[in-house]
Amino acid sequence: MTFFDSAKKVLQQNIREYGMYIALFVIMAIFTITTKGTFISSRNIVNLINQTGYIAVLAVGMTLIIIIRQIDLSVGFLAGFLGAIAAIAMADPKVISNGLNLPVYAVIPLTLSLGIMAGLVTGFLVAQMKIPSFVASLAGWLIYRGAILVVTESTGTIIVANSAFNAIGNGFIPDIPDIGILPGVHKLTLLLGVLAVILLIVNEFNNRRKKQSYNFEVLPVEIFSLKLIFLAAIIGGITWILAGYQGLSWTAVIVLLVTLIYNFVMSQTVLGRHIYAIGGNPDAAELSGISVKKLVYVVFGSMGMLSALSGILFTSRLQSATTTAGTLFELDAIAAAYVGGVSAAGGVGKVVGSIIGALVMTSLTSGMNLMGIGISYQYIVRGAVLAAAVIFDVTTRGKN
Amino acid sequence: MNAPILEMKNITKEFPGVKALSDVSFQVAKGEIHCLVGENGAGKSTLMKILSGVYPQGNYNGDVIFNGHVQKFSSISDSEKAGIAIIYQELALIPEMTVYENIFLGHEIKNGLLIDWNETIKQAGEILKKVNLDINPATKVRNLGVGKQQLVEIAKALSKDVKLLILDEPTSSLNETDSENLLALLRDLKHQGVTSIMISHKLKEVIEIADTITVLRDGQTVATLSKDEVTEHKLIKHMVGREINNIYPKREHKPSQEIVLEVRNWNAYHPTLGRAILKDVSFNLKKGEIIGFAGLIGSGRTELALSIFGNPDGYRLSGELFVNGNKKQFHHPQDAIKTGIAYVTEDRKGDGLILIQDVKQNITLANLHKISQRGVVNNNAEIQVANQYKTNLNIKTPSVEQKVSNLSGGNQQKVCLGKWLFVGPDILILDEPTRGIDVGAKYEIYTIMKDLVKQGMSIIMISSELPEVLGMSDRVYIVSAGKIAGELTAEEATQEKVMRLATN
Ligand SMILES: Nc1ncnc2c1ncn2[C@@H]1O[C@H](COP(=O)(O)OP(=O)(O)OP(=O)(O)O)[C@@H](O)[C@H]1O
Ligand SMILES: [Mg+2]
Repeated sequence: MTFFDSAKKVLQQNIREYGMYIALFVIMAIFTITTKGTFISSRNIVNLINQTGYIAVLAVGMTLIIIIRQIDLSVGFLAGFLGAIAAIAMADPKVISNGLNLPVYAVIPLTLSLGIMAGLVTGFLVAQMKIPSFVASLAGWLIYRGAILVVTESTGTIIVANSAFNAIGNGFIPDIPDIGILPGVHKLTLLLGVLAVILLIVNEFNNRRKKQSYNFEVLPVEIFSLKLIFLAAIIGGITWILAGYQGLSWTAVIVLLVTLIYNFVMSQTVLGRHIYAIGGNPDAAELSGISVKKLVYVVFGSMGMLSALSGILFTSRLQSATTTAGTLFELDAIAAAYVGGVSAAGGVGKVVGSIIGALVMTSLTSGMNLMGIGISYQYIVRGAVLAAAVIFDVTTRGKN
Repeated sequence: MNAPILEMKNITKEFPGVKALSDVSFQVAKGEIHCLVGENGAGKSTLMKILSGVYPQGNYNGDVIFNGHVQKFSSISDSEKAGIAIIYQELALIPEMTVYENIFLGHEIKNGLLIDWNETIKQAGEILKKVNLDINPATKVRNLGVGKQQLVEIAKALSKDVKLLILDEPTSSLNETDSENLLALLRDLKHQGVTSIMISHKLKEVIEIADTITVLRDGQTVATLSKDEVTEHKLIKHMVGREINNIYPKREHKPSQEIVLEVRNWNAYHPTLGRAILKDVSFNLKKGEIIGFAGLIGSGRTELALSIFGNPDGYRLSGELFVNGNKKQFHHPQDAIKTGIAYVTEDRKGDGLILIQDVKQNITLANLHKISQRGVVNNNAEIQVANQYKTNLNIKTPSVEQKVSNLSGGNQQKVCLGKWLFVGPDILILDEPTRGIDVGAKYEIYTIMKDLVKQGMSIIMISSELPEVLGMSDRVYIVSAGKIAGELTAEEATQEKVMRLATN
């Protein structure tokens, strides 16, 4: 088999997975041309990533929710509400009457725990009371919407003065001391990028070797090298763009960590397998000794935690908690998951896909903003892209 | 022989990695009952799906000639228009709708823009008479047994003015009486001029009813026999390509006297049905023993198995359950599995398999921990395990990474079995383990069962096929209306005795 034949075969077999990356690439290329390069500038890319952050973490949680055939509409306002709670908890009682003046290292775990608890409540309604999640979380949507208004009633927008907290949404990782080489480049970011590429290559080689030791089929060596070069180039390219500005932002670090952890859990662990099994056929999963109830709690709990994280990222990015924080986040997260290839029928979807989906959606917003396209048309374009992505997904799925 | 109503010529159909049909030719004469037999994965269902337009023109090679014309169906509705109706292996009725709604679903009788319900009900009544079904057309399908549902399916086909009726394993989930009814109905329809094609693994009924039989093996036609020349022995030989003389392997092994499972005064109440489904059931199972649960469909055998296996449907239970002499209470199937009990469900698609996942994921699902370290699954070990079961159970699939939904019915059943063997249970409950399985594979499964009990496993077999229960069990319990109606040893048990206990 020639190189091109095998390349074609690999591409055909994985078209659904690669399709998203290609779409993201095409969208970015188009905006780079139409904005004469502004879109791909370091500054804009950093902005783009920070803007995607609070939707991306929600999309990760939503992926799991949709995989187990549920939905959670409450996450947007839950994020907004918990963001406000975090802001109040940190606030000085002299400025905000009910402020608690808590330090940031206490506020973050506190907010995340509250998120988990909120998620478990939805989980309880769904798993124990057997209420359809659409209804249970719609109730949550209303309740948290009201709760935001209650806590911000007396004060309106709550300004966050804590600089450590605000760094989460706006700051960058520190650099190593200047040693004279590469001036104007963020060296720690560069170093991390190089490290990531090395880890990737070592990991891929290990996997390949293990597969070979079991005598399993592996990618032909040319395709394998091409894949490695391609992935390394992407990581390298992004690293270079980021290092050219202020380096890796804290938001990016958080999103990367969340993605890595969730991706690992979903693809490599027993827990992840059980979650997919429940989505594929809950009755069969139950009879296979998997406790569906327990996992519904786990998945909604995780969603609650990620909602809290999203609230923290958003509040920190705005450096304040507003009365409208979280509006429509849930729909953006759901759209990101669907663009990223999650199936509405359950049991199918990848965390990384949803992150790419979130990037696609924010790229559209960011690119169209730069081009000066009005908000009304932005909605229409994003709706069309969502429909197109799902159509592509459904048609390629049928063929396999 | 009458003029052919249907001719399929040189049909070839490939799936990625599988040649399901190669150059098959198939002829059906007008007005006959034509049976199609063959091993699991031989291509029977695929051939019928081509005929009925599920796989559209261009998706396969060859010609379909129906009623003298070359047909180019591009969907099921095309073939329906031509007068072909297919009834699938799985029933496709809508449980929450009434019988008359189901019958006319998709081709409603209209009066202008609106549905003419009065006419619908009247016509439904007439069609139900044709299929010898004496029920109120306004009954909800949910409230009918499988046998009656099957008849409603046929009524639905008849309402479309069918010339050729295709039935894919129609009797696989019916009891003897319902099967008899169905076969009688097919004969009736034949006199009314309807041609039928029936796929079945039950060779006795095939021989009883068929005018002509076509045997497929590995995607090829190996024989077409007329009813005068056919014997069961001949059929089996054509199907599997070798002789099988005694389908039930010899019992060489004597079970021990040690009791591994005992149930005493077991009662179950179904909260949604609002009635008792098991009444004062007591039985025991010894180490290395196969016990059979015989009885009519709906007699409560599956419910008994579920109530023991962690009670996932939440029946209210009373009574005692002992495993190896220890009193147990299971709150979840998980508890039962941990205690060494496995349950292979009767409904493999409904609650046995995860159809969208592949063979390997299905096989390892109930025991992922065995191939995991600290919660991380070893993907390579998983492939190895799956391949091992693929070989041992002779599962026909191009690779263990094939989606289970793409496997033929019998091979799906083997995947189910593999999944539970991988759990390594001491007590294996098999619920209709050979439903939809060909004779060759049945023999394999029986042989596996014998091997397992020899190694000390104990097996409970629930089966509605009496010969199988009698051929395999050391002891038979007869269940009737949620009660144990009797217990017979292998020596005592005969078909008549069991039937008498089961039906009174
Ligand atoms: N959609 C599909 N994709 C891939 N392979 C398929 C698909 N459908 C069927 N096959 C394969 O084609 C072959 C024939 O399958 P088919 O369902 O026609 O068998 P069958 O004779 O009806 O068997 P059974 O008696 O078990 O129902 C099998 O090897 C099966 O795995
Ligand atoms: Mg079949």
